[in-house]
Amino acid sequence: MPGLVHVTTTINGNQTDFLCEPRQSLLECLRDVVGMTGSKEGCNDGNCGACTVNLDGRIVCSCLVLGVEAQGAEVNTIEGVASAEGLHPIQQSFLENAALQCGICTPGFIVAAKALLDAEPDADEARIRHWLAGNLCRCTGYDKIVRAVIDAGERMRA
Amino acid sequence: MRAIDYVAPTSLSDAVSVMAQHGDRARPLAGGTDIIVQLRGGRRELDALVDTKKIPELNALNLSDSGLQIGAAVPCYQIYNNQAVAAAYPGLIDAASLIGSIQIQGRATFGGNLCNAAPSGDTIPPVITQGGEAHINGPNGWRTVPTEDFCTGPGRNVLEPGELLVAIQIPAPAAHSGSAYLRFIPRNEMDIAVAGVSSTVVLDASGQTIQSARIALASVGPTPILATAAGESLAGKAVSDEAIEEAGRLASEAATPITDMRGTIRQRHHLVAVLTRRTLNIAIRRARGEE
Repeated sequence: MPGLVHVTTTINGNQTDFLCEPRQSLLECLRDVVGMTGSKEGCNDGNCGACTVNLDGRIVCSCLVLGVEAQGAEVNTIEGVASAEGLHPIQQSFLENAALQCGICTPGFIVAAKALLDAEPDADEARIRHWLAGNLCRCTGYDKIVRAVIDAGERMRA
Repeated sequence: MRAIDYVAPTSLSDAVSVMAQHGDRARPLAGGTDIIVQLRGGRRELDALVDTKKIPELNALNLSDSGLQIGAAVPCYQIYNNQAVAAAYPGLIDAASLIGSIQIQGRATFGGNLCNAAPSGDTIPPVITQGGEAHINGPNGWRTVPTEDFCTGPGRNVLEPGELLVAIQIPAPAAHSGSAYLRFIPRNEMDIAVAGVSSTVVLDASGQTIQSARIALASVGPTPILATAAGESLAGKAVSDEAIEEAGRLASEAATPITDMRGTIRQRHHLVAVLTRRTLNIAIRRARGEE
């Protein structure tokens, strides 16, 4: 029976140590061990994107990463998107464009959209829709989400 | 998921010895996009996962005069973000950029796709048509297997217990050559191929005659299929609609699909012919430098 493993990682810029079993996903570790419940569990098999986090500069489904793989890595989650000054422009834009209903998919969409707009602030609608294809929303029909990301891109370029 | 051990060796020899020690109770972990899902779903039971991402040979992506070496742990995004690789191997880029989501492409690997041996593995047909070889290391040393012989059935491959896929080696593209991959899915993104086809062609200097061609199929048999007769039918022929049509017919004949929730036998045979014609036309345009 494998024991607990000590993992040292950086989450949203803060060095974080946690203990986990090798079988536990990064998502489980974030939510149940570290107590950061912003990342959501939807499908738990890589289809829905609700658990999206940024791992060493790439967005990934944290349900398909083992917690032990985060050793030495930089993890950025929804909890790190807003700053002390207030909401990130993407978050503000989601609110103003009514881009969420039940809210379960929202953290994943925002983390994914932020990775896109940070790298490609002038991403167009087609690029945004393609980039967000790995994030499922069963409430909004996507249009308001896409409009919010387009709007956020304009704010971030301004 | 039941308890497992996690080992992250930093050298190939350590990885092989830990794989050999566990036999068929250990599997390599690269992107985890298949193996973690299988373990969690109870479809596979293991004692240990051997993380291959800290082993230099498995992380190498080398483009040289002798071709392209794709370490088995290199994720898709590194391949399509590499402009030199993208220019030289557009057929690989077609597959790398349509498999799963951006999140999946950040982790999933060509090596893992090949080892997972799903009939629908999107990256496998373009690797096959471009002459990819699997470089394998194990307790008995090195061996090389042509990628068209690597998968032996759904979820099964030629690896013996203790062996590890280290890299996929793809020869340098011939002059005046081009390749392409297309799949049919009923959605725009995020789906498993109903059928997929890759074509690679080598033209003569005039761009009017096909010197050789290779065509490989996904999702229409228990393994990815190299449609040998279809490719060979084009050798020495002038580029023409008739020759391409005939290759499509022969590729369709090479398919051995089943009817399942994604499509019927009849639809899949039809799709193979259509996708073969389309990928041949794209490959020919690419070989001529037209796109």
